Amino acid sequence: MTMRPDPTFHASPKLAMEAPAENFAYTLLLSPDFSKPDALAVIDVKPGSPTYSQIVHTVTMPNKGDEFHHFGWNACSSALSPLAGHAFIERRYLIIPGLRSSRIYIIDTKPDPTKAKIHKIIEPEEVFKKTGYSRPHTIHCGPDGIYVSTLGGGGKDGTNGPPGVFIMDCETFEVLGRWEIDRGPQTLHYDFWWNLPRDYMVTSEWALPPQFENGIVPEDLLANKYGHRLHFWDLRARRNVQTIDLGANHQMALEVRPAHDPVREYGFVGVVVDTTNLEASIWTWWRDGGKFHAEKTATIPPEPAPKEKLPPLLQGFGAVPPLVTDIDLSMDDRFLYVSCWGTGEMRQYDVSDPRKPQHAGSVHIGGIARRTPHPNGKAFAAGPQMVEISRDGKRVYWTNSLYSTWDDQFYPDGVPGAEVMANVGRNGGLELDKDYFVSFPDGYRAHQIRLEGGDCSTDSFCYPSV
Amino acid sequence: MFDGLLLLPVGLDGMYASQTLGWLWLALVASGLYHGVNPGMGWPLAVSAGLMDKSPRALFRALWALAAGHLLATLLVLLPFAFLLVLAQWQRPIQLVASLVVIGFGVYRLIDRRHPRALARIPPTQLVLWSFAVAIAHGAALMLVPIYLGLCQAFELDAGHKAAGALMKASVGMAVLVSLVHVAAMVSAGGCLAWLVYRYLGLKFVSRSWFNLDVVWAISLVLVGAVALAFNLASWR
Repeated sequence: MTMRPDPTFHASPKLAMEAPAENFAYTLLLSPDFSKPDALAVIDVKPGSPTYSQIVHTVTMPNKGDEFHHFGWNACSSALSPLAGHAFIERRYLIIPGLRSSRIYIIDTKPDPTKAKIHKIIEPEEVFKKTGYSRPHTIHCGPDGIYVSTLGGGGKDGTNGPPGVFIMDCETFEVLGRWEIDRGPQTLHYDFWWNLPRDYMVTSEWALPPQFENGIVPEDLLANKYGHRLHFWDLRARRNVQTIDLGANHQMALEVRPAHDPVREYGFVGVVVDTTNLEASIWTWWRDGGKFHAEKTATIPPEPAPKEKLPPLLQGFGAVPPLVTDIDLSMDDRFLYVSCWGTGEMRQYDVSDPRKPQHAGSVHIGGIARRTPHPNGKAFAAGPQMVEISRDGKRVYWTNSLYSTWDDQFYPDGVPGAEVMANVGRNGGLELDKDYFVSFPDGYRAHQIRLEGGDCSTDSFCYPSV
Repeated sequence: MFDGLLLLPVGLDGMYASQTLGWLWLALVASGLYHGVNPGMGWPLAVSAGLMDKSPRALFRALWALAAGHLLATLLVLLPFAFLLVLAQWQRPIQLVASLVVIGFGVYRLIDRRHPRALARIPPTQLVLWSFAVAIAHGAALMLVPIYLGLCQAFELDAGHKAAGALMKASVGMAVLVSLVHVAAMVSAGGCLAWLVYRYLGLKFVSRSWFNLDVVWAISLVLVGAVALAFNLASWR
């Protein structure tokens, strides 16, 4: 317990943007064939440092086969919630769930990120026993605890009951139990986030474990059996209040990115693929008159490609789907970054008018057919995937792996881990930084990135920017 | 924390009576100011409400709700004592037990330092409930009990020669007065701070001004209880 709030807690998004820039990036490493234990890499991102863009520390786990995916902090700016009335915890521990094993690691990043170490391990049995859920995925730091979304329900294959959200204590890391009181029609899960003072949560849908653990199931996809709905919840009442179906052809509604400024009652969600035309789409959702609404506000077309450039999975289509697998919104809610993992493009949209996204910038790197190299000449396998934006909005980082078995289907030549960064122009525009290219140890792929002191998909706020 | 020290004159008869009274009222106002500036009692909620609605009116609405919740909590804790005071011959045991309860709660807060995070699960639209729950959970209302009993004693509301009905009326009236004075002081202090942050100081002040008062708060409870206890025991002989 501290005497003052952590200096990385900020009352408003604007204050978070004005804070000192990040010195370290944390990146999850996974062993796709489960031959090695997964790991957390600590990367030096301080310009001018002699070890810039290099791994300066690695925390290797004691188990194999965890499959690291997403992770998050034990506490963030939401601790300044006036309802919590108690901001005296540190942004100190990274919560890393194993998506395949359901094991959760707590990593202590103090006294120094380069000395990060394992603080606690929560074994899968505890998660199963206390929540009835499995396959923990997204982590968000709430004012009353750590919220964890899961992709699986009970049972060996995670199909015994629907997946959902559970809560952990942010100091003892004890698993406290299920979050939902009334889940309504929700049976699938993926991402979630909220607006704390406006008291709602939004959740999205990917699939049940048998539909992703051994690779994408093409028959299920073409039969529109992956998730395509958004669920809106009363956050404190823990009740599903509205479900919006985006249409069955809009398969896999993944990352949910609400505006950071809590007076803005809107946000975005990315849809991986439209099964009628292989297009990817961005949807804007908003609340008006107590009701939630959602509409498709941007589309990204597939790119035709000769059969010999395509993996067997796509050869019948003669085209590369963009596959929007991650999106991220800048802290000032101005730019939305969209990863096109299939076509190998990072897009930047100006979303100042949230229902009219304007394509503002783009860089090509990797891609199934394009295979664009990095400006420094190095090959970048796969395409832009997990994306994270610095708090000040000037730097955008991303890695290239989606999920072990899916990587192999879309990029059968292999996906050696890589992390790059692009600089953002003052009024938009993106340019890859020639000097930032992180290579990872052989046999490892790279997934989500978290930035020291918080980032644009971590911190949520209870006060507007003024 | 100083509330307790101000209670020192309680129980000194005659010549000190008016002085005692002054100190007790001062202690009451001081406790209100102390609760008011403590962010844990809710002034940042008023700032947030004002900024979210872009209107000072929303800020004052939130302050009213916070005041109402705090008042309810204070009354809920003081009124049972007001009724008990009718049992005039039991006044000393009542005071003794009250002191011990306050000390006990302070010690409990010192030992169990975990914050009741469930408070964050109260919907932001239910500020009265939130303020009530916070005041109860932190023992804010409990802190007033020794001051209240001291005032009753100083006004001789506990005197055995009065009729039970009149006594009850007087002690309940005193409980209401004590609660109102305390909450008025609290909402003035919290309101001033909220307005300053909203209008002039900016949101940076929210995180900068926020000190962990858990230990100080717990010690305040122990001190208030201990001082009251000491006086009861001393004047008992």
